[in-house]
Amino acid sequence: MTSYFNEMYHDQAVRPPYARLQNWVQSMPAELRQMKQAEAEALFRRIGITFAVYGEGGDPDRLIPFDMFPRVFSGAEWSRLERGIKQRARALNAFLVDVYGRGEIVRAGRIPGRLVYQNEAYEKAVVGIVPPKGVYSHIVGIDLVRTGPDDFFVLEDNCRTPSGVSYMLENREIMMRMFPDIFRENRIEPVEQYPAALRRTLASVAPQKCDREPTVVILTPGHFNSAYYEHSFLADLMGVELVEGQDLFVEGEFVFMRTTEGPKRVDVIYRRIDDAFIDPLCFRPDSMLGIPGLMDVYRSGGVAICSAPGAGVADDKAVYTYVPEMIRFYLGEEPLLQNVPTWQCGKADDLKYVLEHLAELVVKEVHGSGGYGMLVGPKSTKDQVENFRARILADPGNYIAQPTLALSTTPTFVEEGVAPRHVDLRPYCLVGERIELVPGGLTRVALTEGSLVVNSSQGGGVKDTWVLAE
Amino acid sequence: MLSRTADNLYWIARNIERAETTARFLEVGARIALLPSAAGYRNEWDSLLRASGTADGFAKKYGDPVQRNIESYLFFDYDNPSSVANCITRARENGRIVRTALTTQVWDALNTAFQELRQLERTPRSQLDLSRLTEWTMRHAAMVRGAIDATLLRNDGWDFLNLGYYLERADNTARLMDVKYYVLLPRVEYVGSGLDNYQWTTLLRAMSSHRAFHWAYGGEVTAGKIAHFLILNPQCPRSLITSIQGMNTHLDRLGRGYHRSSTAQGNARSLLAQLAEMRVEDVFEEGLHEFLSRFIGEVAQLGVVIHNSYLNGDVR
Repeated sequence: MTSYFNEMYHDQAVRPPYARLQNWVQSMPAELRQMKQAEAEALFRRIGITFAVYGEGGDPDRLIPFDMFPRVFSGAEWSRLERGIKQRARALNAFLVDVYGRGEIVRAGRIPGRLVYQNEAYEKAVVGIVPPKGVYSHIVGIDLVRTGPDDFFVLEDNCRTPSGVSYMLENREIMMRMFPDIFRENRIEPVEQYPAALRRTLASVAPQKCDREPTVVILTPGHFNSAYYEHSFLADLMGVELVEGQDLFVEGEFVFMRTTEGPKRVDVIYRRIDDAFIDPLCFRPDSMLGIPGLMDVYRSGGVAICSAPGAGVADDKAVYTYVPEMIRFYLGEEPLLQNVPTWQCGKADDLKYVLEHLAELVVKEVHGSGGYGMLVGPKSTKDQVENFRARILADPGNYIAQPTLALSTTPTFVEEGVAPRHVDLRPYCLVGERIELVPGGLTRVALTEGSLVVNSSQGGGVKDTWVLAE
Repeated sequence: MLSRTADNLYWIARNIERAETTARFLEVGARIALLPSAAGYRNEWDSLLRASGTADGFAKKYGDPVQRNIESYLFFDYDNPSSVANCITRARENGRIVRTALTTQVWDALNTAFQELRQLERTPRSQLDLSRLTEWTMRHAAMVRGAIDATLLRNDGWDFLNLGYYLERADNTARLMDVKYYVLLPRVEYVGSGLDNYQWTTLLRAMSSHRAFHWAYGGEVTAGKIAHFLILNPQCPRSLITSIQGMNTHLDRLGRGYHRSSTAQGNARSLLAQLAEMRVEDVFEEGLHEFLSRFIGEVAQLGVVIHNSYLNGDVR
């Protein structure tokens, strides 16, 4: 029986960051709790935050369950995390500039060239380009899990377009609306400055040819996309236009948007669509979403694209193993956050180990996301394990394996009252002229008892995440 | 503003206005059907479908016009592009697309209508009578309209919303009046009879204009007065001239704001001039149905021109 670190109750005592919540939860009668829960749900549905799960069908207006019990970090805990996260975001960007340039890290033998240059996410089309301010990944979402008071592990990096930040903002908004008292009692760092910081970050990477206040837009695949709410929410709070591919066109050296008063030039595109779909002339010719000619304008410094095309090679699950090396190589520092030990099924020795210990490990597809196509050994039946074994053997290079981590738990409201449930954390680090991290993030919680899968597509919920002021 | 944003705002208004009109159609139909007539119950529902432009679609799906089926078709049926359910769902989707151009109150009004519609769809039909459905529709249309008027910034987006409202209303008032033509078509000798007046009054009621009509005219209800009221009287909120006047106001505002005039502005102006010079006798001389058909065509043409002047993204 594995023991799990409970972030609130440890060694029969309430840990200090949660001290005031003890009272709050004990003095809340069950009826009030149910009433508040219903109120929160009504608020979410009214505001229109819903989440459609790809390929699952069903109700496209499904809500992600919101748990009212907050997840709390002390100021000291956070400042340690913050340094580690910023360090990682810097190293990932240095890596990207390097591998699309001289490739020093490969020449130095610190990462196998095959992993980089033969990676599906490596974009040959952007070789030799250094984006403005040397930033490829402007919003780095780093997924963290905790296993003890001082033990944080990075589960994965998201360098392209990490989603979920709207929940960080809305969860806080709803908590403040429903429980103003606990915000008065606790000194909680605000997160509401995030949209302004994001706008500043995007404006700071305006392209060379922009000689005025840059026009920033968010590019969405459209209102059928499951993250559409987030795109429109951010556009609204940042005060920028939310555009689709059809709203943009290239003429001469610039990109323009179609307005009721004629064309208007666009300088910075925060795109929430994949590389493959941004320019049919450069990437997928069958894409209906992209803007023909966009990449030419990008190459000649007429527009900035955030994240820059090609950023995906840094958040690949096989490249992940080498991030600590990157930190040492580019920054000359020791990594502040640990990686989870990872076996690469593409290596013969690792594969042998993985196949022998399949029932204890978590196995993931290298390019998978959203909790799909993964095996959680200890939680699977014999048949599931054997099925997965066959899949790994068919294409070992496509899989990595990690030990099953003892994810920390936090108290969570459940049917019977309050019970511990497993959580992770995704903070959003902004990289432009400066590196900024808003004190907070998205805490995802596995609502099913004993479950370690927190993905919203697999029955996970979300919580408000507090960082206490020192 | 983005052309696509303007287009969606315009269609929010058109869809909401159309939902309301469809509900009004249902009300007219139900009231007319309560009265015995020579042509019979069945035929009058048929007239109604024809005037609303949905007769072919209905016939393909259901065949004979039975009241219950007509209610389903006009209110709930997603195969009918003008059904209340379709219009409200589309308006909410238009709103979702341009969420950033709306205030929370406007979005809330659209979204609440949509969420309640979903509940209505799950309610057994035996518990829903027609008047409840039409009242429900009008209440939500009024809430959306009210939220727009009370909270929205008076910028170009507001103009596009209003253009949508007025254009759709011009079309819909003309179509509602045309119901009368279709109802009477088989038996011209009823003109001027008690039945005739009853039908005209029903039409007024369906447009919530019964009281207003008496305030404005008094005395007997006659075809001439009603035609004047619904076509040429600028005091009537749903009259054709009020709708065209509204379009002019908002096209002129756009012209001033954008520092350029458009073809749409010119076309709307000449349509208004035409109505302003018209006497009710001219309408009857041309033939009410003929006049209305021509008018519906001209309004549709104006819609095309507005699309090309502002909404299609090819503005230079």
